[in-house]
Amino acid sequence: MKKLRLATTSLAGCFGCHMSLLDMDERLIDLLQFIEFDRSPLTDFKTFRQRCDIGLVEGGCCNEENVRVLRAFRENCDLLIAIGQCAIMGGLPVMRNAIMHAEQPLNECLQTAYAPSETVWNPACRIPADAELPLLLDKVYTCAEVVKIDYQIPGCPPSADALWYVLNAAVQGNPLDLPPELIRYD
Amino acid sequence: MTDRAAPTDPDIPVNQSRSESRRIEIDPITRVEGHGKVSIHLNSAGEVDEARLHIVEFRGFERFIEGRLLWEVPVIVQRLCGICPVSHHLAAAKAMDQIVGVDQLTPTAEKMRRLMHYGQVLQSHVLHFFHLSSPDLLFGFDAPAEQRNIFAVIQAYPELARRAVLLRKFGQDIIEVTAGKKIHGTGAIPGGINRHLTLEERDRLLGQIDELTQWCRDALKVAENYCEQHLDMLKSFASFESNFLSLVREDGALDLYHGVLSAQDALGHPIFAEADLTRFNHYLHEEVKDWSYMKFPFIQSLGPESGWYRVGPLARINNCKGMTTSEADLALKRFRAVLGKHCGHSLAYHWARMIEVLHCIEVIARLLEDSDLLTGERVIKGVRREEGIGMIEAPRGTLIHHYKVDEHDQVQFCNLIVSTTHNNTAMNRAITMVAKQHLNGQPNLDDALLNHVEVAVRAYDPCLSCATHALGQMPLQIELLDAQGQRLQMLSR
Ligand code: SF4
Repeated sequence: MKKLRLATTSLAGCFGCHMSLLDMDERLIDLLQFIEFDRSPLTDFKTFRQRCDIGLVEGGCCNEENVRVLRAFRENCDLLIAIGQCAIMGGLPVMRNAIMHAEQPLNECLQTAYAPSETVWNPACRIPADAELPLLLDKVYTCAEVVKIDYQIPGCPPSADALWYVLNAAVQGNPLDLPPELIRYD
Repeated sequence: MTDRAAPTDPDIPVNQSRSESRRIEIDPITRVEGHGKVSIHLNSAGEVDEARLHIVEFRGFERFIEGRLLWEVPVIVQRLCGICPVSHHLAAAKAMDQIVGVDQLTPTAEKMRRLMHYGQVLQSHVLHFFHLSSPDLLFGFDAPAEQRNIFAVIQAYPELARRAVLLRKFGQDIIEVTAGKKIHGTGAIPGGINRHLTLEERDRLLGQIDELTQWCRDALKVAENYCEQHLDMLKSFASFESNFLSLVREDGALDLYHGVLSAQDALGHPIFAEADLTRFNHYLHEEVKDWSYMKFPFIQSLGPESGWYRVGPLARINNCKGMTTSEADLALKRFRAVLGKHCGHSLAYHWARMIEVLHCIEVIARLLEDSDLLTGERVIKGVRREEGIGMIEAPRGTLIHHYKVDEHDQVQFCNLIVSTTHNNTAMNRAITMVAKQHLNGQPNLDDALLNHVEVAVRAYDPCLSCATHALGQMPLQIELLDAQGQRLQMLSR
């Protein structure tokens, strides 16, 4: 039997969805008979080795780098699945959008984080800005705003059971619809 | 989008954008948590000038938490980081305890929180050692990329891997029964906790202790043996002197939940020891640099040049007088007999981490026997205050949460100094050393050589998710296109 190739990435997420993937525990070991990992923070493949059957995306897009990676996932994966609230709705990072009513929201954020204060020693009032740092987007975008997403697994994070159910269904060639008890919004 | 050309060779992206010098990029760093990259700058002679670890993400958390309600904070803030959410959950709860006027929790609340915390340090350390770092140690730093992952470990060492998976699961189970959920739970609330342990939960966990304690001993053995067999390498690979910072219990013993903030120099002499944690900002300041979203903390009295320090397992093992559990204490003595009292080797972090794993399971066993977990008062309240500072020894080191809350329960101010940030200067130093040592004079830089640099980063188990909570500014223009190539947004600054 040909193994399914799986790629995963964490964009503007907290890595909790990847932790939930590892929470499959022993089932992960079993699953390895049917699944092979390609590009993923859990492996040392930093780019795609081959075209993948499934891409799991955690987190939305808050900078250009996230957009670039998400597009690469769309291009290289047959099925693209957004996992977790951040990928689907923006999650915690999207709270940044809620302060967009401020006159200079980005500047406010910068000042809050980096301006000299009780503990911040910054005599030159420097704000990180370097060609090495990817550009921030004006607001946080969900994955579906940037590329076509085939499936979404909600939850913060989705439970290991839900992730296992989907991967297992894909291995079996079954439809990827979650039973209601595995769907949660937290 | 930027002036950086897309890498052509996927493994060794080299680009010429900086006029004379050459630059090598490792992007993303893998088998660490979160997003980061390393740039290595070569001079015109082709030698390594400097290596830099860049934190490339941001959240803006400190600004957008303003206005949120105090009881929401411990639940929201952990979503900075899914690897050690419990640390943020508890540090925020500890700060909120002070705001609701509670200086001493009920025994039930404190013990439940301790159990939650030790469960999480256990799972996080096991995850780091086995799932992320063990491929480097088991297969060698220059093993082929195909082999350098947990899945290859599962194939080559199935029993070791199975135990690692189950040990981590045990830690996650403890978090689930104390916090309500394995990731992003809700167990700690301002002034206490919201649940007891049930008898069934306790018995189920206790039933596994003996076997798992044995596995922890074995896991420690793996790290000990590795370090003892590679002593020369340990001494030369990213080994340097530094100050160390951690909380220690009042009597000097290692404690992960609470203590005195203590800094020691490279010889083990105290720099400061402060029991009043709300005074931390008299001792620690943070410097801002252009090229990373992560700030660079230093001990104020020593200044930014020499005041930098390390945190995490090695700092705790170096700073403490001893361990409160018997087997871990013996393990500490063995560590010191081999590596000395104030050890500076980056790779010794692994050994220190596994001593803590054994310590955690011993503490968990002791706590589970305690009937305070099953009954007793869960929450208390006192006289309201405006400001709270919560500190905890997270798996990766001292974590500081500082909030001010107004009379409407709304957050007015927030500053977080996360564990990984404390290690910022040390990690940059470590990778520069390793890059100079291993990459200089190498005509062909391959993936295996570059992995040495990542090994140095990994020793610190950086949590780059945590480190990205701040926000920075980018000087260029960006456009965002949708799936059809339509422009959604254009941003310029
Ligand atoms: S959905 Fe939740 S667990 Fe997943 S990345 Fe976002 S905050 Fe983390």
